[in-house]
Amino acid sequence: MRLSGWGRFPVVDTDVSRPRDTLGMTEALSREGTIAHGMGRGYGDCALGTEHTLITQHLNHVISFDDTTGVLVAEAGMTLADVIKCFLPRGWFPAVTPGTKYVTLGGMIAADVHGKNHHRDGSMAACVLWIDVLTPDGHVHRCSPEHEQELFNFTLGGMGLTGVILRASIRLQRVESGWIDQTTVPAANFRDAMAVFERSADHTYSVAWIDCLSRGASLGRSLVMLGEHAPVSALGPAEHADRYAMTVRKKKSVPVDFPRFALNKWSVTAFNTLYYHLGSRQPAQRLVPWDSYFYPLDAILGWNKIYGRKGFVQFQCVLPLAESERGINALLDAISNAGAGSFLAVLKRMGQGRNDGIAFPMEGYTLALDFPATPSNLKLVARLNQLTADHGGRIYLAKDAVMQASQFHNMDARSERLRAFRAQRDLHNRVASIQSRRLEL
Amino acid sequence: MSKNSVLILGGASDIGMATAHRFAESGHPIQLAARNVSRLEAAKTDLSVRHNVAVELLELDVLDDAQCDGFVASLETLPETVVCVIGFMGDQSESETNAPAARTVMRSNYEGPACLMAHFANAFVARGNGSLVGVSSVAGERGRASNYVYGSAKAGFTAFLSGLRNRVTKQNVHVVTVLPGFVNTRMTEGMDLPAKLLAQPSDVGNAIFNAVEKQKNVVYTLPIWRLVMFVITHIPEFIFKKTSL
Ligand SMILES: Cc1cc2nc3c(=O)[nH]c(=O)nc-3n(C[C@H](O)[C@H](O)[C@H](O)COP(=O)(O)OP(=O)(O)OC[C@H]3O[C@@H](n4cnc5c(N)ncnc54)[C@H](O)[C@@H]3O)c2cc1C
Ligand SMILES: NC(=O)c1ccc[n+]([C@@H]2O[C@H](COP(=O)([O-])OP(=O)(O)OC[C@H]3O[C@@H](n4cnc5c(N)ncnc54)[C@H](OP(=O)(O)O)[C@@H]3O)[C@@H](O)[C@H]2O)c1
Repeated sequence: MRLSGWGRFPVVDTDVSRPRDTLGMTEALSREGTIAHGMGRGYGDCALGTEHTLITQHLNHVISFDDTTGVLVAEAGMTLADVIKCFLPRGWFPAVTPGTKYVTLGGMIAADVHGKNHHRDGSMAACVLWIDVLTPDGHVHRCSPEHEQELFNFTLGGMGLTGVILRASIRLQRVESGWIDQTTVPAANFRDAMAVFERSADHTYSVAWIDCLSRGASLGRSLVMLGEHAPVSALGPAEHADRYAMTVRKKKSVPVDFPRFALNKWSVTAFNTLYYHLGSRQPAQRLVPWDSYFYPLDAILGWNKIYGRKGFVQFQCVLPLAESERGINALLDAISNAGAGSFLAVLKRMGQGRNDGIAFPMEGYTLALDFPATPSNLKLVARLNQLTADHGGRIYLAKDAVMQASQFHNMDARSERLRAFRAQRDLHNRVASIQSRRLEL
Repeated sequence: MSKNSVLILGGASDIGMATAHRFAESGHPIQLAARNVSRLEAAKTDLSVRHNVAVELLELDVLDDAQCDGFVASLETLPETVVCVIGFMGDQSESETNAPAARTVMRSNYEGPACLMAHFANAFVARGNGSLVGVSSVAGERGRASNYVYGSAKAGFTAFLSGLRNRVTKQNVHVVTVLPGFVNTRMTEGMDLPAKLLAQPSDVGNAIFNAVEKQKNVVYTLPIWRLVMFVITHIPEFIFKKTSL
């Protein structure tokens, strides 16, 4: 079957199976060249098997939930959307969430996702109590920070390359409502945005949208969005009536592939200018539902089609704090010069990373942007990868579709560690994605 | 606050499970009846933890006459709504030449489900209320070479439901006939079906829930299938017999 990640680039031919139980999983994983696939929200080729792709869709049962501690035990194919639907009305919200709810627990763990609260609460690893990992030899390993610690560390952020996560126990956080108290702060350029982040360190959530085409003194102008879970006492009557903001808002969907020209330099410029002015005229502070605060793009089903049939790639890096200003300016310069305006540019301050495995986050700034997958943009992304390396940064594997093995190996220690771990456990050919083959892991 | 229970016959199927989730989401306790029901323990826990409702598992083989006829009496609580999802497509080419195989298809789609629905209808009439939902198929609207053994049994089931509705409607018992087109389930796994005509199990679950709430009589999933079948049933026989649909 033809399969791709969220960016619809690359598209590959792979056998597909959708096992319904552990036995089926074991059989499926015994095939060479297999990788797990959740909701396919990874952008590139991380969830595409070299021979065979194991889709975890049917592995989605809740096993237990403790209403006093917020500890959920569930199968790895359960989606975050389902977690929220079931447990937010009982006063629990994910402790860490990416920018879409259409991901599986397994995908979140395998990518060790980070959310808008990374600077305070860390990545997914911080809320995982234990996981069951199935390896190709048919063993199921229950691992945690205390038990089979090595496998645990390599699985968190290991992009499915250690085996298939079958079950996980994760901790949710208590919330009083489903509303977010959002404050929007306009920033005239990147230095300004950094200053806003640095003085907002005690806000629970923070993220910025960047206008990538602004140049000169306004290079990196942005809107920084800060957020807190609103306590019940902060809700007005309208919010009170819908305390957990579970009212479903109508979704729009993108029915067909947009032609390529819909997304050129001019439309992106227009979008950004509009967004900037809209944003800065809005009341700086207001209550918004969790769904529009955390998952604005989920309101447009199939938005990945706006880039047209040939798909798109995402670039996401993190730069160490000391290099962030110089590095991000260099990246924005390169993008601005290429005129390859990106529809989505997101900036975020990250907190300390876990230094024990192969995780992506590190203390500093992370920048993420989309580009239509044209030959010139693929070159641009390669250039941005190089700039990242030059400034001591890392590339986020959940987004990557183009990095070269040599580039990755020279960039940081994750590659060597993961490769050694896989060699030692004889996983090299058995658990393999197009990405792991490309990066020679 | 506590709602009445919903019984799914064929609870192990994807459509049955999606229907169970839809009703449980609205707070209905769930009863799941299936063969080898112990394999549904994980699904039972999932349903009850997700939706905070009670879930009961019941053993049922619709080809076992004694079990079928004693089933209603064996229930501790008579459900408010019964949804019958039981069906078996079989292998058409085998059904053409092998009478026992064909008989199993006929009995699994018509005789068994219809007799069970009759038992529930009588119990609901005696109680004075209830809803019965039968999942049949568009395959029963017109026999086609590619699946007429299955289709004819579904046709029988559709006609049975229509007659049953006509009989019990005055006694405050409501009967819904569900006619799915293509649904993305275990039954159709691996088949290459057109996306625009392919429903997800949750679409069928939602449609069943709405049909019970709004007391609809005949529902097609997806709705486009009403149009598709209108066309198919109106093709003159002298043309139809030469087609391969
Ligand atoms: C709109 C959008 C916004 C996003 N925002 C963020 C963000 O803010 N922060 C962030 O960190 N990420 C973000 N992401 C990326 C996304 O969170 C990750 O790619 C995540 O891994 C996707 O989960 P999935 O279930 O779709 O997994 P897939 O895309 O199917 O797979 C991703 C990886 O996980 C592995 N995997 C999946 N399931 C299992 C399993 N059961 N066992 C072992 N390995 C498994 C796959 O092999 C693959 O390597 C965003 C993505 C989108 C589309
Ligand atoms: N999928 C489609 O495209 C489609 C289209 C139109 C109509 N339908 C109808 O929708 C219903 C559900 O089908 P599905 O697609 O979800 O496929 P399915 O998984 O094959 O469901 C059929 C269910 O019927 C059960 N069953 C079969 N014989 C039985 C018996 N003797 N006793 C008890 N249970 C029995 C099966 O139980 P086991 O698990 O024990 O086998 C199974 O759970 C069926 O009636 C089918 O005909 C499906």
